[in-house]
Parts: sequence; C-alpha cells; structure tokens
Amino acid sequence: MNGTDSVSLKGKKTDRDSDKQIIDGNQAAAHGAKLSRVQVIAAYPITPQTPLTEKLSEFVEGGEFKAEYVTVESEHSALAVCASASMVGARVFTATSAHGLAYMHEMLHWAAGARLPVVLACVNRAIGAPWNILNDQQDSVSQRDTGWIQIYARNNQEILDSIIQAYKIAEAVYVPAMVCYDGFVLSHAAMPVDVPSQEDVDRFLPSYRPHTILDPANPKNYNLVTLANPRVNTEGVLCHGYMELRYLLHEALQNSGETIIKVGQEFGELFGRSYTNMLWEDWLDDADIVIVAMGSLAMEAIIAAGMLREEGHKVGVLGLRVFRPFPTTDVVKALKRSRLIVVFDKNISYGSEGATCSEIKSALYGSGVNAVVRNFIVGLGGRDVKARELADAVNKSLLSLKEGVLSSQYSEWICDI
Amino acid sequence: MGTRNCHHICDESSPGIGEAGRTGEWRDVLPVIDQKKCTPVRQNKPACYLCWLYCPDTVISKTIPLEINLEYCKGCGICAEVCPVQAITMVNEDKVL
Repeated sequence: MNGTDSVSLKGKKTDRDSDKQIIDGNQAAAHGAKLSRVQVIAAYPITPQTPLTEKLSEFVEGGEFKAEYVTVESEHSALAVCASASMVGARVFTATSAHGLAYMHEMLHWAAGARLPVVLACVNRAIGAPWNILNDQQDSVSQRDTGWIQIYARNNQEILDSIIQAYKIAEAVYVPAMVCYDGFVLSHAAMPVDVPSQEDVDRFLPSYRPHTILDPANPKNYNLVTLANPRVNTEGVLCHGYMELRYLLHEALQNSGETIIKVGQEFGELFGRSYTNMLWEDWLDDADIVIVAMGSLAMEAIIAAGMLREEGHKVGVLGLRVFRPFPTTDVVKALKRSRLIVVFDKNISYGSEGATCSEIKSALYGSGVNAVVRNFIVGLGGRDVKARELADAVNKSLLSLKEGVLSSQYSEWICDI
Repeated sequence: MGTRNCHHICDESSPGIGEAGRTGEWRDVLPVIDQKKCTPVRQNKPACYLCWLYCPDTVISKTIPLEINLEYCKGCGICAEVCPVQAITMVNEDKVL
C-alpha cells in the first residue's frame, strides 16, 4: 500500500478544480485531514487505521503540508495531545480503531466536556477478547455516550467529504466529531474519489476560532474542580455548576443537527455532492418495508433492496449517516409509511439488542408509526455480510409477519448458531 | 436551564484563592491558635512560620499575630501537626460556633 501512488484520473476541467483518484478509505481520510489544513496530528498506529497515520506522516515529512505530527506512546496520549493543542487554538486530527478508541475513552469524555472541536477518524474494528482485527461497529457504538458527534460513511468519497465537513460542524458548535468508516471494507478498498482542490476547501472551511485561549498575560484555569452547584468565581461572577455544563453539552449536541444540515448544504453547493439530510434515503417514496443500516452496510442494503424489488416487494433503505445527534424527527418522517422495519446492526448491546435498533424503536414510540421492528445482528468480527443474506432476512421477517409469529422482542443473529 | 451570566461553555476561572468555592464549608474541625504560645508572637519578630509554610491551602498569614482565613481553611490539621510549640489545637467546629 505504501509508496504506491494513487492512479490519477484527472479528466476534463469543470468549474470546480478537483482530481479524481482511485484511493482507499484511509487515503481518503488522510486527504480530508490535509485539505482541512490540520495543524497538529497525534495518532498511534493500530490495524486497520495504520495506513492512514502512515499517509499523514508521509504528507508531513514530505513537506506537502505544514503540521506538527506528534508521535505518542498511546491512544490516550494521542487524544490528550489533540485536546491540549485544540485548547490553545490549533486545528487537530487523530485517528484510531477498536482497542485504541477504547483506550481513548477517558479523553473522549474530556474533549467533549471541554468543548474542543477535535476531529477523529474511527476505522471501525471489532474489540477483543478474543483478538480480532476485522470490521464491526462495536468500537464506536460503545463510545456513543461520550458527547461526540458521530458520522458514518458508506464509501470512500463520504469519508473525505465528512472529515472536511466535520471540522466546520465541530468548530461551529464546539463539540468534537468522530467520522466512522468500516475497517477493511472501506479502509483498504480502493474506489474512485473526487479529491477537491485546496483552494475550494479553503473557500469552504474558515480557520478555527477557539472559544477559549491560554494566554500568559491573562492566566486562566480551564475545567477545574466544578462541584454540583453554581458558584461565584474569584471575579464575583456566578458560574455554572457541573450539571449546567453537562446540560450545555447535551443542548449543543441536540442543536448540532441544524448545523450538520446547513454545512452539508454549503458543501453540496461548492462541491456538487449534497449532504442535506442526516439520513440516506433510497426508494423510500413508495416503500412499506424499510431496511435500516449504518456505514457501508447501508450500501449493501441498497443492493438487497434491489433484489427484493425484483421479487415484487416495495423495499426502501434508510442509512443512518449521523448517529449522534440522533435524527429522531427525520427517522420518524422517513419511516411513516412503513409496516415492517428491518434493522441490521454491526454491534450488539449485550443483554439487549443492536444499538441502532433501540434508537429506531425509541424514535418511533408515540410517533403514530405502528410498524413492526425486526432486528438482525450481522457482520461481527468481520463476518461477511452478503446482500442476499440481508434480502433473505427481510423475506423471513415478511413470512413470519404474515404467519403472525414474528417476535420483535429478540434480535436474530445471522451466523451459524 | 441553569445560570448563564458567566457565558462559559466549559468551566473557567482566573487563578486565585477560593476559585473552587468556599471550601471552608467542608471543615469538621477548626484550628485555634493560642497566641501566647506562638513563637512569632512570643518573640515579637518574624520567626518559625512553619504552619504558614506547610498549609496546603495558604490560608495562614505570615504576620504577628498569625491569622487563619476560615473561609477556605478545610480543617486538615497540618498546621497543628507541624507547630513545634503546640500552639495550634484542632477543635470541633460545633463546640466553637
């Protein structure tokens, strides 16, 4: 992978100056970070994220762009470096997978609590024990409640586009953002990607304006011991207690949906690829059966829906692009005509069900949508998921729906149990 | 929700005594100085000040006589421990108030 230059397919000029390249997901992410003019990068290599860190260090060492690449001894330190650099006004980038993300857990909370717009690429990988390096989404889904925006890409173009957008979103709402993409399925699979020019990205993405600044002339403590109740600080100003600060973070996440859509629209106007929704909606107009999936699985689901349509079923696909903030209103709107919803999860909340299934059910509660929700757990630890298997699962759900024996209480696992 | 007149989105403060609130409220026992035993008072010159040096909250003044800022003294008792002439005793808060 290293040293092999991407194939350039630079064709006829349009009004946008871009370069069509055949690159894998990790390279797309590296281009996204470079084009966003990140100033500090701190990352620790881990499969399948490693080629991304290699590409970035190649960019920096080769003088292709000016950034400080800090080699750290762990992922915890990587995010600590990023949080500190973000605090003093640098645009920062880090990337990890699986155990690395788990090791960052404490600092994920810290970056969000300190309201630092760090952007992190999570190359989704299964978590041990037992050891596994292949893909599922248990790693990032497990970090759902750390206060980060989570965006899932379905293909390499979306990885690049989402990273650039993530900076604009995160820096507008002062909430860190995680761009997640499936390990190997995307990270190591090459596909055509439109790489925009630096000039166009510069027009889209303004420079980072930190909400706080450390200045020796005006010393400040940030994120000091903050007890339960509001308190008067040394300047005599009444300041938030811990709970008020937690509420403000929650409020920022909830309101960030508007910014995500606005930034997506602006991106579309400039680059011709529109991100006007927090969901991907395919064939939903007439669909009474809807497949829900997140990440590259949402692409596979479109193929499955095509098969099912050939068999005469009106099937649509709802791809979750943004998992946090959860687009509850949009989900309800998109599912309002459905009678059967089949949710595929590449994660499992042990003792319960797939995490996205819980979210879908929760969104539908009290909405008037009375569809049956069926959950399938697929693809854990890199178990192959074929479109045919998704289609079969939908057929199976339909059959049991007809026979009236469908249990929506338990998730079913697509493996050899 | 909450107080917003500080306009902070993360917690911040200028460094200073009491930035974490009036920590004196945490106190169970209170240091009481017997000024007649205290070395600087007895000698009427700056001397000893071990309690001033060791106090982790810097609430003891380097003066004659010594003063303890009870708004921030948490009652840890280190001053009483280090005093070479046992001029400081820790007394139950409710007995004093």
